[in-house]
Amino acid sequence: MRWLFNLSFRHKIPLWTSFLISFSILVVGAALMAKAYEDMKRAVVISADNLGHTLANTVAPTLLHDDVWRAFEIVRSPIRAESARTPVQVDAVVVFGRDHRVFVSSHPEALPMLSEPASLGPDWLLLASRLANPIGNTSPLVLEPENSSYLYLALPITDKDAHLGHLVLRYAKSVFHPWFIDTIWQGLGLGLLVLTVLIPINWYWGSRMATPLVDLAQRMGMMMERPPEPLPPDLYPYQDELGQLFQAYDRMVLALRDKAALETEVVRSERLAAIGQLTAGIAHEINNPLAGLITAVDTLKLRRDLDPKALRHLDLIDRGLMQIRDTVAALLVQTRVQARPLSQHDLDDVHTLIQPQVAKRRVRLDWSAAMPPELPAPASLVRQILINLLLNAVQAAAEGGTVSLWLGRKEDSETCLSIIVRNDGSQLGEDQLAHLFEPFASSRPGGHGLGLWVTYQIVTQLDGRISARNLDDQVEFVVNLPLGDAPCNTASA
Amino acid sequence: MNSQITLPNSNRRRWLIHSSGLTAAALIGLTRKSLAADGKIRIGMTPAFLHDQHGLLGEWRDFMATSLRRPVEFVQRDSYRETMDLLRLEKLEFAWVCDYPYLHLKDTVRLMAVPLYQGKPHYRSYLIVHKDTANVTSMANLEGSVFAYADPYSNTGYLAPRYEIRQLGRDPASFFRKTFFTWSHRKVVEAVASGLARGGAVDSYIWETLAHVEPSLVKRTRVVSRSPEYGFPPFVSHRSVSRADFQQMQSHLLGTSGSDKGRSLLARLYLDGFTTGSPSLYDGVAQMMRAFGEA
Repeated sequence: MRWLFNLSFRHKIPLWTSFLISFSILVVGAALMAKAYEDMKRAVVISADNLGHTLANTVAPTLLHDDVWRAFEIVRSPIRAESARTPVQVDAVVVFGRDHRVFVSSHPEALPMLSEPASLGPDWLLLASRLANPIGNTSPLVLEPENSSYLYLALPITDKDAHLGHLVLRYAKSVFHPWFIDTIWQGLGLGLLVLTVLIPINWYWGSRMATPLVDLAQRMGMMMERPPEPLPPDLYPYQDELGQLFQAYDRMVLALRDKAALETEVVRSERLAAIGQLTAGIAHEINNPLAGLITAVDTLKLRRDLDPKALRHLDLIDRGLMQIRDTVAALLVQTRVQARPLSQHDLDDVHTLIQPQVAKRRVRLDWSAAMPPELPAPASLVRQILINLLLNAVQAAAEGGTVSLWLGRKEDSETCLSIIVRNDGSQLGEDQLAHLFEPFASSRPGGHGLGLWVTYQIVTQLDGRISARNLDDQVEFVVNLPLGDAPCNTASA
Repeated sequence: MNSQITLPNSNRRRWLIHSSGLTAAALIGLTRKSLAADGKIRIGMTPAFLHDQHGLLGEWRDFMATSLRRPVEFVQRDSYRETMDLLRLEKLEFAWVCDYPYLHLKDTVRLMAVPLYQGKPHYRSYLIVHKDTANVTSMANLEGSVFAYADPYSNTGYLAPRYEIRQLGRDPASFFRKTFFTWSHRKVVEAVASGLARGGAVDSYIWETLAHVEPSLVKRTRVVSRSPEYGFPPFVSHRSVSRADFQQMQSHLLGTSGSDKGRSLLARLYLDGFTTGSPSLYDGVAQMMRAFGEA
């Protein structure tokens, strides 16, 4: 039985309501049938009473005169052919004389003249005993013996005050049945008609309610495996408890998504910060002995007694140390520099500086920089950000592709500088996006993987935000930098 | 039921009929008043034949009225007794009665014509039972059962079976457990066919005619035994009918088979025609009546 309750609402609601509808129809139908049967029986008794009185009065003289044939013609008169039968059609008429024997009957072969009631069967014996010992003053006597397929109605035949005998009418209950079965069929037909109308409505209504519930249950069941999806907006556009539940679910899904995005961002920031600290620490540790080494090599090179071979090795060591210094310098991003405000000239310089690369890769450059003559942003750092991002974009763009720059105030903020660089190169992979701003993360052959790391370090140290994402057929980098002390609102960046 | 009818001067009249024949009787008749006031001929029809074939009766009456050029009325009664009473009261000029009433009334009526059935002025009494009644081969087997008689004034439906019982050396009054009258031969067949009575006595002419008219009813009965032949139920005239009327009616009946219309009517009555007949035809009946002390 438990499986029934474990069924999906998609089936349970329609099944349950269908069952209730059918059950109601059945119960009401059965009650009406029972009533119809009782009514029919009452109609039979009323009709039998009328017929019985008429026959009793008519047959009385034949009893007085012992005129069997006239009596036979009288009791035969209400008998119809089988085909003409109705529920109120009398099945047999029997006249009992004063001697309690059959005086005449409508069916002499089955109920012969002069028979004792006992010889006619248990029904007649019971009837005779009831007639001989009447309980109370009931006339007519209506008798429905148990285990009998007949109903009997008996009434006395009298002439003046003389008791002449009894008239008994017998009704076959089997004649009720076809009529009653007709009634049942009619009731059943009507019930089925109601069902054919109600059941589809019920199924539609049930599935209308169940489908969103089932959908919701599935989504909530999957919640641990992957971020839940919001429900389709037209799934259940009503304001009842179910509708409220779905709305609450949608709100929860949005909150969960924001939370997940925030967590990802926090994790990435923390990782980058940790890497930054680590690299800075390593750089400082390297820088101190490195400075000594470089000084020592310089000093050695100044000596005149060095043979050319040793001098060549010293030059080798010197170039290696210089490379180490450059690399460490690149890792150790230094932003505490002289802060000159950004001017239009800086942008022109950047434009000029990247032209060789643009020309080399035959990339089209869309330049859109809208700014006042001066902006309170550190010019050298912004220049470095621009150069890094633009060169990166030129490298990433397809051969003969397009790179675009948009620079200006963020639309809703007077205190936020926005830099947007796009290229039409290949899209960034999931893994690339996750580690984009880490050092040595370059996937491009020939790149040292420090350009974006440096950019990230600069932006972060300026309290700005940098992000990258895939657009339809472009890759976009967005940098927001605060102009002044107020931080940039980057929620919608 | 069967009250003894005694008429004044019965002996003299019987002698007259027997000695002088029809002519003498007719001459006496001439002295009597004749016909109903409006000249209408009234004919009593009895259950001696299937008198409930109303369409046939209507045609026969019209045929008769056309032939006689007089209005004719058929007076139907359900028992012989009523027709006999009407004859006695001179409410009828003619009647088709059973042979037994004829003998009862022979001082009041004259034999006019006897129908020919299967070419003869004879018929019989059939003892019938339900077709499913086994082991009944004669009247003796029906002792103690319920028996249906046709009419207390019927020969074949009452006198003949009682005579047969008497021939068995038994008393007809106690031989059966119960008897009743159906007041017509046809209904005797119905009583036996329905099982109301175990046996019944019926006119052979009626039983055989019914076999054509209503075969489903007759098929439910079976003839156990056939009596000797008796004179067929005759047409009689009241003795008060004038000789001319008597002769006109008699010659009309005898001439029925001479016309197409008449033959067609006779065919439907399952009769062949009419003959003058003679009272001696009914000697067998008279003998049975004497056995019961009735004549």
